Amino acid sequence: MIKFLLMVNKQGQIRLSKYYEHIDLAKRASLEVDVIKGCLSRKKEECSFVEYKDYKLVYRQYASLFVMVGVSENENELAVYELVHNFVEVLDKYFSRVIMFNLEKVHVILDEMILNGHIVETNKSRILAPLLVLDKMAES
Amino acid sequence: MALKMVKGSIDRIFDKNLQDLVRGVRSHREDEAKYISSCIDEIKQELKQDNIAVKANAVCKLTYLQMLGYDISWAAFNIVEVMSSSKFTYKRIGYLAASQCFHDGTDVIMLTTNQIRKDLSSPNQYDTGVALTGLSCFVTPDLARDLANDIMTLMSHTKPYIRKKAVLIMYKVFLKYPESLRPAFPRLKEKLDDPDPGVQSAAVNVICELARRNPRNYLSLAPLFFKLMTSSTNNWVLIKIIKLFGALTPLEPRLGKKLIEPLTNLIHSTSAMSLLYECVNTVIADCCVCVKTDTCPRPPQLCVQKLRILIEDSDQNLKYLGLLAMSKILKTHPKSVQSHKDLVLQCLDDKDESIRLRALDLLYGMVSKKNLMEIVKKLMVHVDKAEGTTYRDELLTKIIDICSQSNYQYITNFEWYISILVELTRLEGTRHGHLIASQMLDVAVRVKAIRGFAVVQMATLLDNTTLLAGSGQHKSICEVLYAAAWICGEFSEHLEDPVHTLEAMLRPKVATLPGHIQAIYIQNAAKLFAAVLNGQQGTPDCQTMQESSQLLIDRLPLFVQSADLEVQERASCILQLVKFIQKLQHKEVEVGEEVTALFAGELNPVAPKAQKKVPVPDGLDLDAWINEPPSESESEDEKPVAVFAEEELRHARPHHTEVDEKELARRREARKQEQANNPFYIKASPTSQKGYQDSTGVEHIPVVQIDLSVPLKVPGGWMSTSDKYLKLEEERRQRERKERGKKEKKKKKKREKRSGMGRRHDSGPESEEDIAPAHMVDIVTEEMPENALSSDDDEKDPNDPYRALDVCDIQGNLQNGSQVVVSIIFENKSTSFLKSMEFNVLDSLNSKLQRPEGSGPHDGLTVPFQLPPGVSNEARFIFSVQSIVMPQRLKGTLTFIVKADDSSTHEKLDFKLHFTCSSYLITTPCYSDTFAKLLESADLKGTSVRLQEVSLPFHHLLAKICFHHHFSVVERIDSCASLYSRSIQGHHVCLLVKYAHQTVTIDAKCDESSLLGNVLEEIKKTFSQS
Repeated sequence: MIKFLLMVNKQGQIRLSKYYEHIDLAKRASLEVDVIKGCLSRKKEECSFVEYKDYKLVYRQYASLFVMVGVSENENELAVYELVHNFVEVLDKYFSRVIMFNLEKVHVILDEMILNGHIVETNKSRILAPLLVLDKMAES
Repeated sequence: MALKMVKGSIDRIFDKNLQDLVRGVRSHREDEAKYISSCIDEIKQELKQDNIAVKANAVCKLTYLQMLGYDISWAAFNIVEVMSSSKFTYKRIGYLAASQCFHDGTDVIMLTTNQIRKDLSSPNQYDTGVALTGLSCFVTPDLARDLANDIMTLMSHTKPYIRKKAVLIMYKVFLKYPESLRPAFPRLKEKLDDPDPGVQSAAVNVICELARRNPRNYLSLAPLFFKLMTSSTNNWVLIKIIKLFGALTPLEPRLGKKLIEPLTNLIHSTSAMSLLYECVNTVIADCCVCVKTDTCPRPPQLCVQKLRILIEDSDQNLKYLGLLAMSKILKTHPKSVQSHKDLVLQCLDDKDESIRLRALDLLYGMVSKKNLMEIVKKLMVHVDKAEGTTYRDELLTKIIDICSQSNYQYITNFEWYISILVELTRLEGTRHGHLIASQMLDVAVRVKAIRGFAVVQMATLLDNTTLLAGSGQHKSICEVLYAAAWICGEFSEHLEDPVHTLEAMLRPKVATLPGHIQAIYIQNAAKLFAAVLNGQQGTPDCQTMQESSQLLIDRLPLFVQSADLEVQERASCILQLVKFIQKLQHKEVEVGEEVTALFAGELNPVAPKAQKKVPVPDGLDLDAWINEPPSESESEDEKPVAVFAEEELRHARPHHTEVDEKELARRREARKQEQANNPFYIKASPTSQKGYQDSTGVEHIPVVQIDLSVPLKVPGGWMSTSDKYLKLEEERRQRERKERGKKEKKKKKKREKRSGMGRRHDSGPESEEDIAPAHMVDIVTEEMPENALSSDDDEKDPNDPYRALDVCDIQGNLQNGSQVVVSIIFENKSTSFLKSMEFNVLDSLNSKLQRPEGSGPHDGLTVPFQLPPGVSNEARFIFSVQSIVMPQRLKGTLTFIVKADDSSTHEKLDFKLHFTCSSYLITTPCYSDTFAKLLESADLKGTSVRLQEVSLPFHHLLAKICFHHHFSVVERIDSCASLYSRSIQGHHVCLLVKYAHQTVTIDAKCDESSLLGNVLEEIKKTFSQS
């Protein structure tokens, strides 16, 4: 099961976070610090999987943006690794410029792809369909 | 009113929106907290306005702040307000905020039920969609109960988007409100056939997750999913299904076999690495299940091959995962992984530390006698290269783990191991000095043959000042000196130059070491001193002796001043002793023997079970109280008088008196349990008396002779490096191989003469077990304390109910080549139910228990039945035996679970299997003419034996020989008979038995003289017993 997903910039600042299990704010803060430190400190030639407490961390870097996912022991790391790429491809397809100011739309995309902590949709056009409708509604 | 509206929208122009907030946070990096608190004040103002657009904007900003770690639960009610907005864009902001920060503990959630219900039934499918998505994050048991029906209806909505979402949310509803599962399940199952692929995969998703939580209830769906697995092309769905099967196979092992084929196909055909990885993992897991039930079709060779490809890939991720999966295979099929040792060793060079650590984990399970030295050598190279102490320490512990695992099983040369340990002491800044020290002590104490070598090495360590110098900053490594000093003192007879070592141990710099090490130094300096006095006695060299006394008298005062009590006490005690000795020396009194007596007696390792075997002296009741426990009333009186808590006290009183009897009984039982588990506790044993009389002290401790084929050479000058042992070991093995080769040839010749009785196992080029260790670890000779009972008595202690399991009737039976079948009758003499019995034998070089393919050499075999009280049953085990000319004893253990009424405990029972030479003989009929020819042939060597005072009638005597030793009578004339038998490896055994005046003479011939000798010995025993 996917427990959380973070999008972090190179400086270690969180750009987006989504938790699929409720964690206290205080605990969340220390978890995020550890996770970000753990992933950012790794070199490019090192593998993308890190063991951290009860989690397995899967992370991927795109230019200055890191996507970090915490999954449970029984999750398939490679599948999550590929999911991250899929997610970034969808973002790439939809956003022409900085996504930072459209966070709520990123959430919409994420909600289509991951639900209850499980991968539920990977088809790009099906993922984007509700968002496109939303845009049409906003225009009219 | 209109004015107010206009005013509001004008105000809004000056409000920050989310973009402004994000930019603001970025530009206020210095005083972020201050900036944000001002923003929150603004937001609070905005939330007070009636305008829903303003509120939505505020909530939107709050969602962002929540993500940065700020608490926004105070705005929960405002979030609900925004959720109920009729405008979709606002509603969505509300739901997003709710899904980010609402949880089971948020109390306003109960206000949302009606709003959500309204949204679910909205004509706008996106209203419905956003409500469903939100629910998946914050649904509570109450919401699930109230909305289950609405969501269930939505599963049949006309829009596939809604159907899909509804199906997915149902999973969360089931979790929060399990009662909904039964009525909803049929409809969920229908969705597996939904025309829309999105809905279909959603249904697969939900059912797979449900099934993984509780696989037993979903076994019946296996065929359906099996069909889906072979037809689906969606990798994500396939992964889900394969994971589901991974959860089902442990419950239904037959499924594992069925899965092998489709999984193999997928492994071959898929290009998606994640799917491949999932398949491989599932096959490995299946095999784990199979191994447990002994039905494993074959080791997952294909998986290992695929994993090899992954590990060889340049992609670090694949490499890492390949190693990870490999270590799972290693647990069940060590052999199939071991052949990829080269690859794992390569990974030790990887740039990525996590890959190196994975490779290290794998190495642990890959070592064998054959490759241990080579692997450790590689690791030592890495130790030298390693940057950063963490990884280096990891390497160090792994080296020691690998070498010391299962009682040093893989070490064939302990000189080499000592050298490795000595080399490891040169590591700077390691934290594991203690670990190295304990290994040195353990090896020196338990491997007697190595002591000479170890002592010389330790003396060099003591002499070497670098360790002392480092003691300041790197405290840990000087622990090694503790071991070195103790070994030199305890086994001082091996020292070349004890006076020199004595001097080294008393150098002033020693005083910088930690106290406990100094104390050991002083104590062992005294031992050394004793050795000097005694060792020189034969060749009187008064000068050396007096010099050493003077040395001690000169140096010890420094330690008498030590701040450490232990050091001070020992130093002053020994100083006085030496002064006294010096006086005697001046009078030319020989004191060597008396001083040595101070340290007399050898320290031997103590077996873990030793304490248990010491019988309790007569009349000592260990369960009796030494002091009667204080009575309850007394303890009540002692309680402080509670002025305010009277209520509570009154409450507690009846509880106390009630506890009395039961609780005491329980405590007594608990104490007994604790005593049983406590190794230092002497247990009562009614058969103790016998053991008491039998034992006569240290002389009776069995000590195994250690075969030492590497000459103990003392390296001159500097410390030896471990590398030369690798070469030495190679040479030794080559020598052995040659010798074996010769023997093998001889055997082959013989075998050719006989027809059809070839050995089944053709020994390969060099099988693991053929390598005879140069030193044996002293496991068997672990010291039993005085009065210890022999192990046989222990097994049959009739008063211990759990031990009353009897292994009777061990007999080698029908054989095939070099196989022997042993039937064992398990009889449960206890009153408890015994189950999960596992039979295991410590293999010897010559005899091995045959285990199913793929299991390790130490795995036990499951006994295929359970034993109710009083029932007995027979199980058969196959052993392969190489040489049959000698009788043998194998040690074994039976572990089992004792099921009592309310609890079950693990127990074990040790036993010995005695393979007599007679059990290798098969009763084979023989005609008198063939017999005569055999006797004539020159191949058979003869010997004879005489049995006195046999009072049996002759035919009884013959019957006894035939029955117990598997002979058949060829011919009998009066009181003279010829008997014949054949061994499982085709040796002929011919006997000529004559009987006269109560004396039996047996003339015997056989082509294997030691076999014959042993058989005759056994026959003799049979008659001496009767």
